[in-house]
Amino acid sequence: MFEYAPAPESRDIVHIRPSYGLFIDGEFTDAKETIKTIDPATEEVLAEVGSAGPEEVDLAVRAARTAFETVWGPMPGRERAKYLYRIARIIQERSRELAVLESLDNGKPIRESRDVDLPLVAAHFFYYAGWADKLAHAGYGTKPLGVAGQVIPWNFPLLMLAWKIAPALATGNTVVLKPAETTPLTALVFADICRQADLPPGVVNIITGAGETGRLLVSHDGIDKVAFTGSTEVGRQIARSVAGTSKRLTLELGGKAANVVFDDAPLDQAVEGIVNGIFFNQGQVCCAGSRLLVQEPVAEEVLARLRTRMATLRVGDPLDKNTDIGAINSAVQLQRIRDLSEVGEQEGAERWAPPCELPEKGFWFPPTVFTGVSQAHRIAREEIFGPVLSVLTFRTPEEAIEKANNTPYGLSAGVWSEKGSRILWAAQRLRAGVVWANTFNTFDPASPFGGYQESGFGREGGRHGLEAYLEH
Amino acid sequence: MSTERLTVRKTYKLYIGGAFPRSESGRSYVINDGQGGFLANASRASRKDVRDGVTAARKAFPGWSARTPYNRGQILYRVAEMLEGRRAQFVAELRDTGLGKNAATEEVDEAIDRWVWYAGWADKLAAVLGSANPVAGPFFNLSTPEPTGVVGVIAPDSPLLGLVSVIAPAIISGNTCVVVASEPAPLPAITLAEVLATSDLPGGVVNLLTGHRAELAPWLASHLDVNALDLAGASADLTVECERAAAENLKRVLRPAESDWTADPGLTRMKAFLETKTIWHPIGL
Amino acid sequence: MVPTFTLPQLPGVDQVGAEERAARLATRSIKTTAKAQAIDLAITMVDLTTLEGADTPGKVRALCAKAAHPGGDAPRVAAVCVYPDLVATAVRALHGTGIGVASVATAFPSGRAPLEAKLIDTRLAVEDGATEIDMVIDRGAFLSGDLQKVYDEIVAIKSECRQAHLKVILETGELVTYDNVRKASWLAMLAGADFIKTSTGKVSPAATLPVTLVMLEAVRDFRAEQGRQVGVKAAGGIRTAKDAIRYLVLVNETAGPDWLTPQWFRLGASSLLNDLLMQRQKLSTGAYSGPDYVTLD
Repeated sequence: MFEYAPAPESRDIVHIRPSYGLFIDGEFTDAKETIKTIDPATEEVLAEVGSAGPEEVDLAVRAARTAFETVWGPMPGRERAKYLYRIARIIQERSRELAVLESLDNGKPIRESRDVDLPLVAAHFFYYAGWADKLAHAGYGTKPLGVAGQVIPWNFPLLMLAWKIAPALATGNTVVLKPAETTPLTALVFADICRQADLPPGVVNIITGAGETGRLLVSHDGIDKVAFTGSTEVGRQIARSVAGTSKRLTLELGGKAANVVFDDAPLDQAVEGIVNGIFFNQGQVCCAGSRLLVQEPVAEEVLARLRTRMATLRVGDPLDKNTDIGAINSAVQLQRIRDLSEVGEQEGAERWAPPCELPEKGFWFPPTVFTGVSQAHRIAREEIFGPVLSVLTFRTPEEAIEKANNTPYGLSAGVWSEKGSRILWAAQRLRAGVVWANTFNTFDPASPFGGYQESGFGREGGRHGLEAYLEH
Repeated sequence: MSTERLTVRKTYKLYIGGAFPRSESGRSYVINDGQGGFLANASRASRKDVRDGVTAARKAFPGWSARTPYNRGQILYRVAEMLEGRRAQFVAELRDTGLGKNAATEEVDEAIDRWVWYAGWADKLAAVLGSANPVAGPFFNLSTPEPTGVVGVIAPDSPLLGLVSVIAPAIISGNTCVVVASEPAPLPAITLAEVLATSDLPGGVVNLLTGHRAELAPWLASHLDVNALDLAGASADLTVECERAAAENLKRVLRPAESDWTADPGLTRMKAFLETKTIWHPIGL
Repeated sequence: MVPTFTLPQLPGVDQVGAEERAARLATRSIKTTAKAQAIDLAITMVDLTTLEGADTPGKVRALCAKAAHPGGDAPRVAAVCVYPDLVATAVRALHGTGIGVASVATAFPSGRAPLEAKLIDTRLAVEDGATEIDMVIDRGAFLSGDLQKVYDEIVAIKSECRQAHLKVILETGELVTYDNVRKASWLAMLAGADFIKTSTGKVSPAATLPVTLVMLEAVRDFRAEQGRQVGVKAAGGIRTAKDAIRYLVLVNETAGPDWLTPQWFRLGASSLLNDLLMQRQKLSTGAYSGPDYVTLD
């Protein structure tokens, strides 16, 4: 046997302070209340961060307003562009530090934070930097909205920050951003990066805290725009809270993506796509391919290959460079995954996971597949947001599309076939904002992302991503 | 001695799924002319009529959205041709609402031209709103606009121009709609429905209800099989109520705005009811 | 009589997906004990090769000496690989070492000779004591769609091999697509290949990680379906220990640990051995080694 020895990435590059204040108007200021953030792989407390209350949220919004009116709004696009380019470069320079910190705070494998998150973060800033002085050519006008209140989730902390802040700043808005309660640290390093880049104070304000802080932010009268990524339930609450205001809103919410494998699929790549679709980031991905729809003639073969492949997945220390599946982000999330998996069993689906030893401390869940699932099962309808795949079968392409679309969500979908016309046929009919054909979970700053129906509205990325931040 | 001929009065009904039913509730309400005189009885639709309208719109959606854009453009243009043929009738109906002759004529002309303008957009939207995205990898990556589904429309009080200005942008891209007509002036809407019914527009693409907005709009707003709302004709209070209800299934909501219906409408109304679908495919041997 | 041959329905290979998978596996970090284990394993899998027009008995004897005495307590390589006319020299030089003698045959590297010449080429090498024959397929026939001809030729050569193991070189650099690589792999296995081998080393690109990935998938699937295990040899362009370890990871996570022995996986190389030996020294002493501390042959 060829055993891979532990290959841990060094933590030395990261200097976590015992406590962090709120980043308001270019300064870190202590908050009245604090919360702790932990390493989900060890449950060790990493740091204490502020929990912004009403006054602090108000200060941040005011700082953003002043910066919008006095500095950032009036600044020519080409100057804004240079700040964003500068930020992009600093992110590249500090990418290893940020990757390690992201893995520590979030639990995701360093291979992903290093090879996926961080390159995409830098690319996103580069991409939108270039738009700052070209807005007149984008087709959405050139007038910024003002102050954007942005609330982001814990699954891709820094990447979601980039998706929010880069287009907002490029279009001349200023922001108050609230990172997720369990993953505030990279956002706080980003605050430091803003200072390093000499970004004018108040253009970016980072206020940490839990759900209440987010609620205070999105309901604050002083903001013109709300951008939220997170659960559909919270999305609904936000949509209600902006009703009757003039605030613009974009929401990127949950999903229950179908990954449709036709009998003429490139099977080995399809299996990789299935694995990448549901086990990337421990399945804590809104666009995860959590429903595998496989055509009956190849169902057995695909499942056999999938099980073999799953047995090679390496679960454990997020900082180990060979880890494929890291820790679940929080005890709460772990409990949800456990609960829904139990429901899956109770409803009669067959559960399988490869034998794998899980660490004693921390929050862990093995890569799991449920077979014999039907659309009626809760695990086929509800977003589990974990490394749990539900497998359904179909007989005809029409049936595949019907099942794929039979959900209130519509964020992403996958389709696997070697036949070009079938791919396009399916892609046309899948009601989802992103259709990955013969690939899955690929991302790029130039490519718009966002959902249909209850997966939210508005697009992030690409030229389309500018629309949410311009008045037109 | 001559007897004055007794006029045949028109019964104004609802337009659902290509048919003209009365409200299932059996209710109607009185429509007065500009001077306050009796004009006609209009059906007063109920929540069940809203439900039926949504069912018809949903049923029509797959077929309508699958038409080629060229075909949708042709069908809408054909509608414009038929509107032109009914100019006199629309002018008369607008005059009944209190408009002077010139104003009524102008509004009808403007409405027909607006309809023609939108008809031409069918096969251009994807070119203008879509994009080929230059991603950093061996992938073909294309974004195209797609209709969002069933649109609930609270039409404004501009009885014809405003009405066509909210219907055409919703359906040209492949959406189907359920429209609550202007409450005080719903009659041109029903006449428009008669035009639509005799055109090539498939039944169910446009469903027109007359009645009380405040009663009907919340049912549209809370209906889980409605994907989007155009609140053009909603009052401030109704807007808040509808927007809250719409949050339940994350409807796309177009809020009412100060609208000069004669102004260039731009793309806003069409974009409000479009999704962007982005398709990735590897490029390889 | 040669059986008629039908290729089973094989799923396609998506180039981008296959290359992504190979690239991802290449990021595995093999350190410390795992690295030591991998280096020694890689050494035992090396087919130490010299295939130059300028090869002489002297050169081959030197290579054989290196194969048998790689230096220190390093393990021996799997085989020495030479042209047919030097097989006898290699056999004598390696007598008693347990190291195999592989001979390229069938008008290597182009394969452009009449079948009779290829058969004689093979027969003579086997008679001279070659324990392994590395034949090349007829890429012209393959690319023109005459799979039967390719198949028949492999069957014919296989029967000339007698006890010697047959490695079938697909020359993947000329097959161009991964679909062709998969097809050719199955064709060779169905025709009786004991090993399928990527390349002659004379065509660029030679062995690559994704090509080897596709071939490893083929032997894995072939065993699952037909019950016979076939080996894989990656040859050409593998020069560093780091490269070699990437191949081992690929084997481990694609075909599986069953293939992680010299019996089922080989690395055809020449300069690779010295880099493996230098890395081995680095691991044992902690200091980087240099070319003067390993032997040249």
